[in-house]
Amino acid sequence: MQQNEAFTQRIDKALLNDQARHNFRTTMSGLMESRANQFPSDNELQAIRDQSKAIRGHSLTNLPELLVKLEQKLTENGIQVHWAETGEMANEIIYNIMQEANAKSMVKGKSMVSEETELNDYLEKRGIDVLESDLGEFILQLAHEPPSHIVAPAIHKSRIEVAELFKKHFPELEYTEDVDKMTLMARQILRNKFAQADVGLSGVNFAVAETGTLCLVENEGNGRLSTTAPDVHIAITGIEKVVEKLSDVPPLLSILTRSATGQPVTTYFNMISHPRQSDEKDGPRAVHLVLLDNRRSRIRMDEELLATLRCIRCGACMNHCPVYVQVGGHAYGTVYPGPIGTVLEPQRIGLDKIGALTSACSMCGACAEVCPVKIPLPKLINRLRAESVNDARSNAQIQGKGSMRKNTEGSIWKIWKSIYSNPTLYRMFLWAATRFRFITPPGMSAWTNYRTAPKPAAKSLSELARQEGFDNE
Amino acid sequence: MSKSRENILAHLRKQRSTVTESPAVYQPQHNWTQNEKIKRFIERMEAVRTEVHQLSDGDWINWLNDELPKRNLTSVLVGQNETGDTLSKKANSTIKVQKYEQEIEHWKQELFQKIDVGITTTRGGIAETGSLILWPDNAEPRLMSLVPPVHIALLKADTLYETFAQAMHEQKWVSQMPTNALLISGPSKTADIEQTLAYGIHGPKQLIVLILG
Repeated sequence: MQQNEAFTQRIDKALLNDQARHNFRTTMSGLMESRANQFPSDNELQAIRDQSKAIRGHSLTNLPELLVKLEQKLTENGIQVHWAETGEMANEIIYNIMQEANAKSMVKGKSMVSEETELNDYLEKRGIDVLESDLGEFILQLAHEPPSHIVAPAIHKSRIEVAELFKKHFPELEYTEDVDKMTLMARQILRNKFAQADVGLSGVNFAVAETGTLCLVENEGNGRLSTTAPDVHIAITGIEKVVEKLSDVPPLLSILTRSATGQPVTTYFNMISHPRQSDEKDGPRAVHLVLLDNRRSRIRMDEELLATLRCIRCGACMNHCPVYVQVGGHAYGTVYPGPIGTVLEPQRIGLDKIGALTSACSMCGACAEVCPVKIPLPKLINRLRAESVNDARSNAQIQGKGSMRKNTEGSIWKIWKSIYSNPTLYRMFLWAATRFRFITPPGMSAWTNYRTAPKPAAKSLSELARQEGFDNE
Repeated sequence: MSKSRENILAHLRKQRSTVTESPAVYQPQHNWTQNEKIKRFIERMEAVRTEVHQLSDGDWINWLNDELPKRNLTSVLVGQNETGDTLSKKANSTIKVQKYEQEIEHWKQELFQKIDVGITTTRGGIAETGSLILWPDNAEPRLMSLVPPVHIALLKADTLYETFAQAMHEQKWVSQMPTNALLISGPSKTADIEQTLAYGIHGPKQLIVLILG
């Protein structure tokens, strides 16, 4: 429960940070607008959403077969496949690969799964030099902060905060608050690192079983550099990212970039199927893929909640979420924030630990409307809310189910149920509530923190109606 | 760690979802003419600050001989193929043409520090999104279109496809995926600081496409 209470405190803190709230508001409005511009035809949008949902659904239905196929194709292609049940195991696999290659430094392209496993921390403790190369992630590494958005990780920072970070860490460089100049500074700082790093690490957007191909979507070129310049490339991904066919890729790519940033396509789409061949002159000589479960296989066991795994990580749900835009990503305190985080993280970490996340939703439905793979997010959030107060009779396999159940609350609802299902009791209750309204308590914990206490009217609606001559019919 | 493999697969096999949806087929068809394809490609490319020029077939050498000195681009990296040979023979004496002949380990620092521009061919283009298709190989390795600050790409007009799906299908990608297949749709860019667009973060700062024929 401790983490659940910390969630309330983080929200209070986030709401007081005017700078970050301003950044979130302007960025999310911008992203919403660019996305809307990408879908002038609603018919087309719905057709691609249906198709993308079907492709991802098909992948999940056939997940074990597709993973085995993917492993077989990748192995044939010369890419080594590793399986990890937990984040710790994935980190260990990566560390061991580095040890065997006698590698001391790693340059990273953006990978949310590596945030999930806390890879940087694990490797740094073992003396590996780890460098984030995505500009946003690089800024956050300097600031020792986690991402606040899965696509635009440093969006909570203002340009002045970034300028000050650069000044602190690179005092020899000229101070500037100009975004173009800061971008060029980052280019200069990181360029040598790409040339020198022993290992490059990347995530994966889609893994194609049919051809054994790892696909990466990016704008900066750091993903390409991380997967091309060092002698070893390690890719890490969740087991759900596999798709069956190469022809599944164009529709998913199209809806991913359009939903995420409102781009028709990103600058680079990078498809990797082999390590460097004997006649080739560059590229890594060894390529590894680490397949991470981290409870995904458990999520898949629930017919309803398995929709969580269709996600292609575009971030549109958070861009359109009225709660996320107010509190920002850090308030959630999880790797994945926003609506998808609210659904994924309690299943991954446990309702007993972060079930309170599910209360941070107004059920407005905006996320489900924009989700490119039609995940019914509000429905899933509602399901998790129910599971968190369930009296353990459900057979759902969710960690910490029923952990937020309060006996008093349970009793109150039981009394409510008996009153509302018995007309005589109901009438007596109404009579008492209106006649004794002066004893309504003025303080009702969370409700009255920000609102005045409700007081019943002097007469109930049905009483008033009867006075006016209406009868029960 | 093969135990992890067995455990994960065992969990996945426990539950076979009963919902077997077969993916719906949605294939956008534009039926563009050749000119419409070129127009769309140029529009898309220019929207992300790519420089595009339409030249007749053999004119690209003259264009380079005129333009490279004007732009102070002297150190030029080319591939070990016909394009590279042509340029080596016909480039002005002020242009230093270098072929990508050695494995990267032998000259990484030089590539990262000294080359001004990489010139590559392409396997085609995609009109819908304004994208180049590259399949780097031993003649034109992967870093050529990535490390030099300027990338100049030669695109034959008759290799323009409407969509990515069409290019993939007609070029029969599925049976012959190369080490690395790429779509390149503009110069490197980022919006990670205050969502302000800035070009030239890690890849080429400038992309120039010469459409031939």
